Amino acid sequence: MIIFKNVSKRYADGYVALNNIDLNIDAGEMIFLTGHSGAGKSTLLKLIAAIERPSSGTITISGQNIAQLKLSAIPYLRRQIGFIFQDHKLLFDRNVFNNVSLPLQISNFDNKTRSSRVRAALDKVGLLKKEKTMPIALSGGEQQRLCIARAIVHRPNILIADEPTGNLDVAYAREIMSMFTSFNQVGVTVMISTHDGSLLEDTQHRILVLNQGKLAA
Amino acid sequence: MIRTWITQHAFVLLHTLKSLFSTPMTSLLSIIVMGIAMSLPTGIYIVMKNVQSAAGQAIDLPQMSLFLKYDLTPQDLANIRKRLEEDPNIVSFQYVSKEAALYQLQQSSGWTDITIHLSRNPLPDTFILHTQASSSESLEQLRHAMQKWPEIEHVQFDSVWIERLHELLKLGRFMILMLAIFLSIAIIAIMFNTIRLQILTQQNEIEISKLIGATDSFIRRPFLYFGTLQGFLSGVAALMIIAFFIEKLNEELVGLTRVYHIDFHLQHLSVDDSLSLLIFSACLGWSGARISVASHLWQIEPR
Repeated sequence: MIIFKNVSKRYADGYVALNNIDLNIDAGEMIFLTGHSGAGKSTLLKLIAAIERPSSGTITISGQNIAQLKLSAIPYLRRQIGFIFQDHKLLFDRNVFNNVSLPLQISNFDNKTRSSRVRAALDKVGLLKKEKTMPIALSGGEQQRLCIARAIVHRPNILIADEPTGNLDVAYAREIMSMFTSFNQVGVTVMISTHDGSLLEDTQHRILVLNQGKLAA
Repeated sequence: MIRTWITQHAFVLLHTLKSLFSTPMTSLLSIIVMGIAMSLPTGIYIVMKNVQSAAGQAIDLPQMSLFLKYDLTPQDLANIRKRLEEDPNIVSFQYVSKEAALYQLQQSSGWTDITIHLSRNPLPDTFILHTQASSSESLEQLRHAMQKWPEIEHVQFDSVWIERLHELLKLGRFMILMLAIFLSIAIIAIMFNTIRLQILTQQNEIEISKLIGATDSFIRRPFLYFGTLQGFLSGVAALMIIAFFIEKLNEELVGLTRVYHIDFHLQHLSVDDSLSLLIFSACLGWSGARISVASHLWQIEPR
């Protein structure tokens, strides 16, 4: 479903974030991406959503070459993907409900569908009772769950999470991991980056290790 | 599908109105500034249009005065009348006897004292003609022909001042055009800046929306609505300023026209002109917003 071929990413200042990556992710797979900070995990995830463009190589998602996507086609690619950002990227001027509603507003869903889907997403992450709360009043773990709700509300095929357990204690982190597992069980392709090795000890899923921009076998 | 589209746009419009009223003072001030900028060329335009229409009849029908020789018999006068009636170039004419001319002169303020001291009436009998000759050449031909009539002392055009007025109006129109162009640019610049500030305060929202799949037109829409609405409201402000200006000016003109014995007052902007102004100002607002959003969206585009 997601295929990287000879993908490199070199920034304008000459820094090479990714070096000749070859990668093949099947539809419905759950995959972990690990490595030190600065190893290129975030860059690799951002390339999938065309938030960054590769310097060379091809990235194919469902048969579509992302590297050559026109600017006007990018929004429609991003609508197939749920992205959980490392820095959350929540909107602090609106309540929980309206934060989750944003992707549906963007995709022109009508009011009725919107509220039912937003409530369904909030229910899945356990924030249904806080729909009127402002994000600033949420705990770190709740903010993380809000991000997840926003990423799944439009029912994407691909869910990408960049360090979703970064600042959370272990119990919270495990809870969030089990959420991802349940999304994967209904057929969503899930990619999670983490530098927290303890979460990966008992996993059955594939683990990719990035080291200085290269994939270790 | 269409219903969704309509609710989307209605939602954005509502949102725009809300954001306009959420900062009432700022919105009002920029609307007034843009309204004043717009009312300036429009105000001059309406005054000029009035002057033009007042001078309109004279422009359409060039006027000529036939000054007659001093001692003419009633038969001579009848001959002239007959000839004037037969001439197809003459639309209408009016006879002013020397007595009537003197009386008119005496009635005009300031001249009474002078006329008392005259031993005899120095004014000639006169025919005032309206011709339908359009070019100055055909007017000249007509003048030439009539100058040869034995009863005529002198033929005079009264249209020289009209030509001068014509030229002045032409100059005026040019100046309005220049003024309108520069003030339009100013309005676009004001709108550009207003939208720039809005984009800066909403940069977070724009960036996040783009990251989760918002198209550029989705991002642009509220700003374009805002620009168009504010432009339209500035047009309304300009119309109000001009209406107020014309009312006040007409009050002042009452005194002036009484002194000069003329019936002249300024007409308000026509419905067509008002609509054009509103549409034009809305377009200006839209353009300013469009340019602003385009340049700022490009800046935050992930590359």
